[in-house]
Amino acid sequence: MAGKKMAIIATKGALDMAYPPLILASTAAALGWEVQVFFTFYGLQLLRKDLSGIKISPLANPAMPMPVPMPVVVQMLPGMESMATMMMKAKMKKKGVASLEELRSVCIESDVKFIACQMTVDLFEFQKHDFIDGIEYGGAATFMKFAGETDVCLFI
Amino acid sequence: MNFDKEFDASGLACPMPIVKTKKSLADMASGQVLRVVATDPGSVCDMQAFAEQTGHTLLSSSTENSKYVFFLKKA
Repeated sequence: MAGKKMAIIATKGALDMAYPPLILASTAAALGWEVQVFFTFYGLQLLRKDLSGIKISPLANPAMPMPVPMPVVVQMLPGMESMATMMMKAKMKKKGVASLEELRSVCIESDVKFIACQMTVDLFEFQKHDFIDGIEYGGAATFMKFAGETDVCLFI
Repeated sequence: MNFDKEFDASGLACPMPIVKTKKSLADMASGQVLRVVATDPGSVCDMQAFAEQTGHTLLSSSTENSKYVFFLKKA
Protein backbone atom coordinates (compact mmCIF):
# COMPACT_ATOMS: atom_id res chain seq x y z
CA MET A 1 0.00 0.00 0.00
CA ALA A 2 1.96 2.97 -1.22
CA GLY A 3 1.95 6.08 0.90
CA LYS A 4 1.78 4.45 4.33
CA LYS A 5 3.89 5.90 7.10
CA MET A 6 5.32 4.66 10.40
CA ALA A 7 7.01 6.49 13.25
CA ILE A 8 8.91 4.73 16.05
CA ILE A 9 10.35 6.10 19.27
CA ALA A 10 13.32 3.92 20.28
CA THR A 11 14.15 4.39 23.96
CA LYS A 12 16.06 1.24 24.90
CA GLY A 13 19.70 0.34 24.40
CA ALA A 14 19.90 -3.31 25.45
CA LEU A 15 20.55 -5.97 22.81
CA ASP A 16 17.07 -7.51 22.91
CA MET A 17 15.30 -4.15 22.84
CA ALA A 18 17.52 -2.84 20.05
CA TYR A 19 16.04 -5.35 17.61
CA PRO A 20 12.32 -4.44 17.40
CA PRO A 21 12.73 -0.86 16.12
CA LEU A 22 15.29 -1.91 13.49
CA ILE A 23 13.33 -5.00 12.39
CA LEU A 24 10.07 -3.08 12.04
CA ALA A 25 11.70 -0.09 10.35
CA SER A 26 13.56 -2.22 7.78
CA THR A 27 10.47 -4.34 7.08
CA ALA A 28 8.14 -1.36 6.67
CA ALA A 29 10.68 0.24 4.32
CA ALA A 30 10.75 -3.01 2.28
CA LEU A 31 6.96 -2.74 2.02
CA GLY A 32 7.33 0.76 0.60
CA TRP A 33 6.41 2.65 3.76
CA GLU A 34 7.97 5.97 4.71
CA VAL A 35 9.63 5.45 8.10
CA GLN A 36 11.17 7.67 10.74
CA VAL A 37 12.80 6.48 13.96
CA PHE A 38 13.30 8.93 16.80
CA PHE A 39 16.09 7.77 19.16
CA THR A 40 15.97 9.07 22.71
CA PHE A 41 17.59 8.21 26.05
CA TYR A 42 19.23 4.74 25.83
CA GLY A 43 17.94 4.28 22.29
CA LEU A 44 20.74 6.67 21.24
CA GLN A 45 23.13 3.73 21.64
CA LEU A 46 21.74 2.37 18.36
CA LEU A 47 23.12 5.38 16.50
CA ARG A 48 26.70 4.98 17.69
CA LYS A 49 29.26 4.08 15.06
CA ASP A 50 30.39 1.17 17.19
CA LEU A 51 27.51 -1.05 18.33
CA SER A 52 29.71 -3.52 20.22
CA GLY A 53 28.79 -1.87 23.55
CA ILE A 54 25.19 -3.04 23.22
CA LYS A 55 24.69 -5.88 25.66
CA ILE A 56 22.10 -8.09 27.25
CA SER A 57 22.01 -8.85 30.97
CA PRO A 58 20.45 -11.87 32.67
CA LEU A 59 20.18 -9.74 35.81
CA ALA A 60 16.60 -8.70 36.69
CA ASN A 61 15.52 -10.53 33.54
CA PRO A 62 13.79 -13.68 34.86
CA ALA A 63 12.21 -14.42 31.45
CA MET A 64 15.59 -14.93 29.77
CA PRO A 65 16.04 -18.63 28.95
CA MET A 66 19.27 -19.88 30.50
CA PRO A 67 21.15 -23.07 29.54
CA VAL A 68 21.49 -23.82 33.26
CA PRO A 69 19.57 -22.26 36.17
CA MET A 70 21.64 -19.43 37.59
CA PRO A 71 21.07 -17.76 40.96
CA VAL A 72 20.89 -13.97 40.96
CA VAL A 73 24.07 -13.71 43.08
CA VAL A 74 25.95 -15.48 40.27
CA GLN A 75 24.39 -13.25 37.60
CA MET A 76 25.85 -10.27 39.44
CA LEU A 77 29.45 -11.45 39.09
CA PRO A 78 31.84 -9.45 36.89
CA GLY A 79 31.89 -10.67 33.31
CA MET A 80 28.45 -12.30 33.40
CA GLU A 81 26.93 -9.58 31.21
CA SER A 82 29.64 -9.97 28.57
CA MET A 83 29.27 -13.74 28.69
CA ALA A 84 25.48 -13.58 28.32
CA THR A 85 25.90 -11.16 25.40
CA MET A 86 28.45 -13.39 23.71
CA MET A 87 26.19 -16.42 24.10
CA MET A 88 23.13 -14.56 22.82
CA LYS A 89 25.00 -13.23 19.78
CA ALA A 90 26.33 -16.70 18.97
CA LYS A 91 22.82 -18.14 19.22
CA MET A 92 21.41 -15.40 17.01
CA LYS A 93 24.06 -16.03 14.38
CA LYS A 94 23.33 -19.75 14.43
CA LYS A 95 19.61 -19.10 13.97
CA GLY A 96 20.14 -16.73 11.04
CA VAL A 97 19.13 -13.57 12.92
CA ALA A 98 20.73 -10.53 11.30
CA SER A 99 23.17 -8.45 13.33
CA LEU A 100 22.16 -4.97 14.53
CA GLU A 101 24.76 -3.52 12.16
CA GLU A 102 23.20 -5.33 9.20
CA LEU A 103 19.65 -4.27 10.08
CA ARG A 104 20.75 -0.69 10.59
CA SER A 105 22.49 -0.68 7.21
CA VAL A 106 19.33 -2.01 5.56
CA CYS A 107 17.33 0.83 7.15
CA ILE A 108 19.78 3.44 5.91
CA GLU A 109 19.91 1.96 2.39
CA SER A 110 16.12 1.97 2.22
CA ASP A 111 15.83 5.62 3.27
CA VAL A 112 14.56 5.20 6.82
CA LYS A 113 15.09 8.56 8.49
CA PHE A 114 16.95 8.44 11.82
CA ILE A 115 16.50 11.33 14.23
CA ALA A 116 18.57 11.74 17.40
CA CYS A 117 16.82 13.47 20.29
CA GLN A 118 18.90 16.60 20.83
CA MET A 119 17.95 16.93 24.51
CA THR A 120 19.25 13.47 25.43
CA VAL A 121 22.30 13.82 23.16
CA ASP A 122 23.20 16.85 25.29
CA LEU A 123 22.17 15.15 28.53
CA PHE A 124 24.55 12.23 27.98
CA GLU A 125 27.19 14.52 26.44
CA PHE A 126 27.39 12.57 23.20
CA GLN A 127 29.31 14.19 20.36
CA LYS A 128 28.13 14.14 16.76
CA HIS A 129 31.23 12.15 15.82
CA ASP A 130 30.06 9.35 18.15
CA PHE A 131 27.16 8.74 15.80
CA ILE A 132 26.84 7.47 12.23
CA ASP A 133 26.57 10.04 9.45
CA GLY A 134 23.35 10.99 7.76
CA ILE A 135 21.16 11.31 10.85
CA GLU A 136 19.15 14.36 11.87
CA TYR A 137 18.90 16.03 15.26
CA GLY A 138 15.61 17.31 16.63
CA GLY A 139 13.17 17.51 19.47
CA ALA A 140 9.67 16.39 20.36
CA ALA A 141 8.05 18.87 17.97
CA THR A 142 10.08 17.44 15.07
CA PHE A 143 8.83 13.97 15.94
CA MET A 144 5.20 15.05 16.39
CA LYS A 145 5.13 16.73 12.99
CA PHE A 146 5.75 13.40 11.24
CA ALA A 147 4.01 11.22 13.87
CA GLY A 148 0.78 13.13 13.30
CA GLU A 149 0.68 11.98 9.69
CA THR A 150 1.46 8.30 10.29
CA ASP A 151 -0.61 5.13 10.06
CA VAL A 152 1.47 3.33 12.69
CA CYS A 153 3.22 4.98 15.63
CA LEU A 154 5.14 2.93 18.19
CA PHE A 155 6.98 3.56 21.44
CA ILE A 156 9.63 0.92 22.05
CA MET B 1 7.07 -23.02 -13.09
CA ASN B 2 9.41 -20.86 -15.13
CA PHE B 3 11.24 -18.04 -13.42
CA ASP B 4 13.70 -15.30 -14.37
CA LYS B 5 15.69 -15.08 -11.15
CA GLU B 6 16.16 -17.03 -7.95
CA PHE B 7 16.89 -15.92 -4.41
CA ASP B 8 17.87 -18.42 -1.71
CA ALA B 9 16.88 -17.14 1.73
CA SER B 10 17.67 -20.46 3.42
CA GLY B 11 18.93 -19.99 6.96
CA LEU B 12 17.78 -16.38 7.22
CA ALA B 13 15.41 -15.28 9.99
CA CYS B 14 12.83 -12.49 10.04
CA PRO B 15 12.96 -9.87 8.58
CA MET B 16 15.79 -10.74 6.18
CA PRO B 17 13.85 -13.06 3.79
CA ILE B 18 11.43 -10.19 3.06
CA VAL B 19 14.03 -7.42 3.08
CA LYS B 20 16.27 -9.34 0.67
CA THR B 21 13.36 -10.46 -1.52
CA LYS B 22 12.56 -6.78 -1.99
CA LYS B 23 16.20 -6.16 -2.95
CA SER B 24 16.16 -9.09 -5.39
CA LEU B 25 13.08 -7.68 -7.12
CA ALA B 26 14.65 -4.23 -7.47
CA ASP B 27 16.61 -4.92 -10.66
CA MET B 28 13.91 -7.05 -12.30
CA ALA B 29 11.45 -5.88 -14.93
CA SER B 30 7.69 -5.72 -14.47
CA GLY B 31 6.12 -9.13 -15.19
CA GLN B 32 9.28 -11.12 -14.47
CA VAL B 33 9.10 -13.96 -11.96
CA LEU B 34 11.32 -14.41 -8.90
CA ARG B 35 11.64 -17.78 -7.17
CA VAL B 36 12.38 -17.52 -3.45
CA VAL B 37 13.43 -20.43 -1.25
CA ALA B 38 13.26 -20.00 2.54
CA THR B 39 13.57 -22.07 5.70
CA ASP B 40 11.85 -19.58 8.03
CA PRO B 41 8.30 -20.90 8.69
CA GLY B 42 7.21 -17.30 9.33
CA SER B 43 7.97 -16.47 5.71
CA VAL B 44 4.78 -18.25 4.56
CA CYS B 45 2.57 -15.55 6.11
CA ASP B 46 5.14 -12.82 5.58
CA MET B 47 5.49 -13.40 1.84
CA GLN B 48 1.70 -13.21 1.46
CA ALA B 49 1.61 -9.95 3.41
CA PHE B 50 4.56 -8.60 1.42
CA ALA B 51 2.80 -9.33 -1.88
CA GLU B 52 -0.49 -7.79 -0.72
CA GLN B 53 1.20 -4.59 0.39
CA THR B 54 3.58 -4.10 -2.50
CA GLY B 55 1.34 -5.11 -5.41
CA HIS B 56 3.58 -7.98 -6.56
CA THR B 57 1.65 -11.17 -7.31
CA LEU B 58 2.34 -14.29 -5.24
CA LEU B 59 1.84 -16.89 -7.97
CA SER B 60 2.42 -19.82 -5.66
CA SER B 61 3.50 -20.72 -2.15
CA SER B 62 4.46 -24.31 -1.43
CA THR B 63 6.71 -26.64 0.54
CA GLU B 64 9.44 -28.66 -1.18
CA ASN B 65 11.83 -30.91 0.75
CA SER B 66 10.93 -29.12 4.00
CA LYS B 67 11.75 -25.73 2.47
CA TYR B 68 9.28 -22.99 1.57
CA VAL B 69 9.16 -22.03 -2.09
CA PHE B 70 7.52 -18.90 -3.46
CA PHE B 71 7.01 -17.55 -6.96
CA LEU B 72 6.55 -13.79 -7.12
CA LYS B 73 5.61 -11.88 -10.24
CA LYS B 74 6.91 -8.33 -10.17
CA ALA B 75 4.27 -5.61 -10.47
